[in-house]
Amino acid sequence: MKLELLGHLILTVAIFGSLFLFVAYAVYFERKVAAKMQNRVGPDRVGWYGLLQPFADILKLLLKEEIIATQATKFVHTLAPAISVIMAFITFAMIPIAEGFYIADINIGMLYMMAVTSIGVYGVTLAGWSSNSKYSLLGSMRASAQMISYELSMGLAVVGVILITQSISVVSIVESQTENILYWNIIRQPLGFLIFWIASFAEANRLPFDLPESEQELVGGFHTEYSSMRFALFFFAEYTHLIVASSILTTVYLGGYQIPFQSFLFPGLDGWWLVSAQILTFILKMCLFVFLFMWVRWTLPRFKYNHLMELGWKYLLPLGLLNVVLTAGWLLIYDGF
Amino acid sequence: MFEQYLPVLLLIVLAVAFGAGSLLLTGLIGPKRPNQVKNSAYESGMEPVGTAHERYSVKYYMVAMLFVIFDVEILFMYPWAVQFRMLGLFAFIEMILFIGLLFAGYYYIIKKGVLEWE
Repeated sequence: MKLELLGHLILTVAIFGSLFLFVAYAVYFERKVAAKMQNRVGPDRVGWYGLLQPFADILKLLLKEEIIATQATKFVHTLAPAISVIMAFITFAMIPIAEGFYIADINIGMLYMMAVTSIGVYGVTLAGWSSNSKYSLLGSMRASAQMISYELSMGLAVVGVILITQSISVVSIVESQTENILYWNIIRQPLGFLIFWIASFAEANRLPFDLPESEQELVGGFHTEYSSMRFALFFFAEYTHLIVASSILTTVYLGGYQIPFQSFLFPGLDGWWLVSAQILTFILKMCLFVFLFMWVRWTLPRFKYNHLMELGWKYLLPLGLLNVVLTAGWLLIYDGF
Repeated sequence: MFEQYLPVLLLIVLAVAFGAGSLLLTGLIGPKRPNQVKNSAYESGMEPVGTAHERYSVKYYMVAMLFVIFDVEILFMYPWAVQFRMLGLFAFIEMILFIGLLFAGYYYIIKKGVLEWE
């Protein structure tokens, strides 16, 4: 038992480290994808193909001056970026990256993820409020209203999955999806997947829902008054949200670490080979979603705010309720009343 | 039982260390040359007029209230969803009633124009 716990603790450090690297390279990846889509080259000066760019950026931002405006509430102003980045990181705690490889398998895993994401809203809200600047305040008001609105649809979409799995533990959600693609929740819950996916764009504050920081009207939105590493932490939190959202989508809807048709394609796989293959599968699926997020960002224009709120409240919320009723009704027929 | 929360705690400690550490570091090694203009609020080069802590649209408050109502509703659905396949038809009708009641309130909100953003 003690040994097992030690293993999980070591794994926690390893996952934190790799998450850090993934987030740093997500920024690089985003810039490269954007460059390709706009027929540019993108970062290519620092290191081989610009691969050291993320570290150069971090170092640069570390060496910048910390500007705290005189009208700001100093303590909260400092606290806000920390809250953002901490909450973004610890959401990952429940996600299994291979069979038996997770930070923790808690029986309320899904609830934990939803709860921690909610606390993340505080970072943005406090940042805007403590800056005491008009752009920041408007941005943070928009952000918090948008994030809590879409959180509802997100929570509702998950109810459908819980109905099927009969458990809130993330590990059992992954295990219930098995290696057969037909049992993946994207097939069993297409409507729920769509709602969850759209909502995660809004949760991660990304285009087409990036109104909290729409440059043309709000300069930088909630982080207008931030500089140096304080700004970098918000930036970091945003990309961590991107990675975490992709991981959650993978885990809940795309079978997590399950290798499609594994016992048919790779029957002899076991031990550490199996674990490595599962981790690789997980990373590939996650990267697929990360790429989709980026693709959408560099393709679609921004929503208007009233359209955004309308989509959340008037379409996704009733659709989410419909999804719950349909899933429950179908299960009722399937189980024979 | 609580042992499984230890790795989560470790992750929180690591995240806090990263957040606090980088904030401290940048404060230590960054230059400090403040002046009055640099430290004023940014308003696209104009002199800031008044404070930002003024009254803002009541819509945001309404959205927050509605969020609390619906979030609690969804929270009730989680335990229901876990037990649903054991309880069967009884649970289904119960939840239809519950959703129906809330939907009536939702319809009222829409008709009152709370969700109209102009």
